[in-house]
Amino acid sequence: MDIRCEHHDGALVARVGADRIDAAVAIQFKDRMREVMQDSATRVILDLSRVGFLDSSGLGAVVAVMKLLGPDRKLELAALTPTVEKVFRLTRMDGVFTIHANAPASLHHVR
Amino acid sequence: MFPAEPLAVRAAVGKLFDHMPTELLSEDERGTAEIVIAEVLNNIVEHAYAGAPGNIDLTLDPTDTGLNCVITDQGRPMPDGVIPIGVLPTGVGLDQPEGGFGWYMIRALSRDISYNRRPDGNCLTFHLPRRQAAFLAGFPNCIGSMTQ
Repeated sequence: MDIRCEHHDGALVARVGADRIDAAVAIQFKDRMREVMQDSATRVILDLSRVGFLDSSGLGAVVAVMKLLGPDRKLELAALTPTVEKVFRLTRMDGVFTIHANAPASLHHVR
Repeated sequence: MFPAEPLAVRAAVGKLFDHMPTELLSEDERGTAEIVIAEVLNNIVEHAYAGAPGNIDLTLDPTDTGLNCVITDQGRPMPDGVIPIGVLPTGVGLDQPEGGFGWYMIRALSRDISYNRRPDGNCLTFHLPRRQAAFLAGFPNCIGSMTQ
């Protein structure tokens, strides 16, 4: 799964390039995030601006990644698209994560 | 009709929503429909067929109040012959659930869910109502109040 990383203000920003995190790719997402998380940053911001859809498997995978980070590091989410936001809100998991409206600017494409 | 494999399901759902006329469902309603349908289909792949090959039939029928959905498969029956209650799993701190959300979301976003076991398989029907936004705003705490 395409997940690209950049450091921004000491945090690791991981931008997911896939347009869906669902049952078909939940394992690939977790595997790729395991690699990404080998970085030392305590704050990891998951940029989901390109992810148009996430199902319960995708949600579980994001939770699994949060747990893998451990108690001393933090997983935050950014730029949730409408359907993804709906899933987090419906399941009350939006209260579990810090959610940023936008991803850090340096990862945006030049328009 | 499409095979019960994750990527085929995903392609079918994608195609379904790409070609759905925008007058039929608003963008928000499409998001809702996609969530419910994807969850139902995932359950069929994982539990009804449990990796065995088979097909899934999905029929969507627009009505005045929304979309009627009929999904059939030739897989194993639902455990105990009834739809799971779908209690929302919760956690504390880092101890958060990684699963069990599917039926909660299906029930929260649809109406009139009905499951029937037929001689050759399963049939699940449900209704996806229009104007979900107003409903979700007054989202109830107790899952029991939302079942038929």
